[in-house]
Amino acid sequence: MTRDDVRNAVIGILTDIAPDEDFDALKDEEKLRDQFDLDSMDFLDIVMELRKRYNIEVPEADYEQLVTMTSCIDYLQPLLKNQQMAS
Amino acid sequence: MKYDAIILGAGLSGLAAGIRLACFDKKVCIVEKHVEIGGLNSFYQMKDRWFDVGLHAMTNYSPKGVRSSPLGKLLKQLRFKHEDFQLCQQKESEISFPGVSLRFSNDFELFRQEISEKFPNQIDGFDQLTQRIRDHDDLSLKSGFLSSRSVLAEYLTEPKLAEMLFCPLMFYGNPQADDMDFTQFTIMFKAIFLEGFAKPLGGMRHILKLMVDKYKSYGGELRLGRAVKSLNLSSEEVNSVTLSKGEELQAETVISSIGYAETMRLCAPEKFPEDSLQDGEISFVESQYVLNVQPSEIGYDKSIVFFNTKDEFSYRKPKEMVDLASGIVCCANNFDYPKEQEGLIRFTFLANPDLWFGLSRTEYKEAKSYWQKKTLEAVVGFLPDFRDSVVFLDTFTPKTIKKFTGHANGAVYGSPVKIRDGKTPVKNLFICGTDQGFLGIIGATLSGVTVANIYGLKASY
Repeated sequence: MTRDDVRNAVIGILTDIAPDEDFDALKDEEKLRDQFDLDSMDFLDIVMELRKRYNIEVPEADYEQLVTMTSCIDYLQPLLKNQQMAS
Repeated sequence: MKYDAIILGAGLSGLAAGIRLACFDKKVCIVEKHVEIGGLNSFYQMKDRWFDVGLHAMTNYSPKGVRSSPLGKLLKQLRFKHEDFQLCQQKESEISFPGVSLRFSNDFELFRQEISEKFPNQIDGFDQLTQRIRDHDDLSLKSGFLSSRSVLAEYLTEPKLAEMLFCPLMFYGNPQADDMDFTQFTIMFKAIFLEGFAKPLGGMRHILKLMVDKYKSYGGELRLGRAVKSLNLSSEEVNSVTLSKGEELQAETVISSIGYAETMRLCAPEKFPEDSLQDGEISFVESQYVLNVQPSEIGYDKSIVFFNTKDEFSYRKPKEMVDLASGIVCCANNFDYPKEQEGLIRFTFLANPDLWFGLSRTEYKEAKSYWQKKTLEAVVGFLPDFRDSVVFLDTFTPKTIKKFTGHANGAVYGSPVKIRDGKTPVKNLFICGTDQGFLGIIGATLSGVTVANIYGLKASY
């Protein structure tokens, strides 16, 4: 996966978690939590979806790496580089 | 084969827990004693009509786009869209006491205005109480009892106003007599006054079908008509579940929505002392009247009325079979439906379960028709007389509630003792639903979500 692929993968997860939100306007440098009113239940879901779709474990200590889209990509791309997008 | 989780009961909380676990590829089986789903909040068909039970209306209404409210949390956790629930908001409801009534709607300002007009010297105290409620962490999983009566006395000097606040909040979610735990009070205050009522188009049947379809779409297994005979323990863990026909299912984790005492009584061979298990005793009789007119045509336009005809509001097991002094009238038509529904008025009174359970078959039938008449008379005392327009009538009693919920005593809101963190003395056995303490439709569903997240998905929040 390229950085763009990883970004799309995260958007795919967010769209499933918050179907009423519009992620077109997402700003990569701003905190996801502030832009979309995400709470701890949502972050649990992001982590659970990453495990389900891409078989990667995000340990609790690394949850803070998922704070913005850019930090998500920085953290996830090395873990996902050998994977294809989930359909 | 071993399941990751077996869930007892296919009501809202059990289904919600099932959806969460199945969504993340856990192997889940829900076992339900009845051949219908829903438990306390369910539906039935009679003479080609569908009726809801349990549900007068959904509390906790919040509009689309609000994601931090209980409804918003539930929708996103179960991956529903707001419009999936097809919610139709109430028009206007009322708390009616001798000589004074308070109107309220899904706009909290109306209720505040009513209080400032009718209890002008109480409004400052009421505002402070409201602020305390807004600040109270009602999602905390810690247990502990704080008397709502004593908290209210700090803010309100007019006992009648306190009684009027208690009336709907107790009727819609208090498992204990006379007083109410303040966290429970807070939950219900937010659910009813700060958020409000709506009814799903298509009733409980619609909501439950959405949930079952979603659960099955994730590969969840549902076994209807299977009562649990025993939860088989060894070294403080439950290893398997034996079903009524002798079948035995292995499980890593068991989540039970059937009530705390009811669950612990199924454990074998270890027995838990009966004095550690407390049954509730708040139960109701309810009648549903189908009318051949729209209630608004005969001059009735309220969504839900909580009434009390005495100065003091008594919320406890009555001495008689039914307490006629107070009750709830719900008119399904006075919600904002996109199209007209058949006329339907429902009313509910406190009932004494022991007296109902003690009757023979014939006595039961007689009592049912006697109290049907009595409750109708009590209601047409302040409602337009609709007796000429009735085309169909059905009544349920504590006996019916016990049959369909399995709750001891037909106690609608379960045990007065709530297990907020869902834990039991058995390591891998957890409680969700009524006895975990989040009541109401949204509460029950969130309870299932929370328990599944913490103990099934090992979330740490």
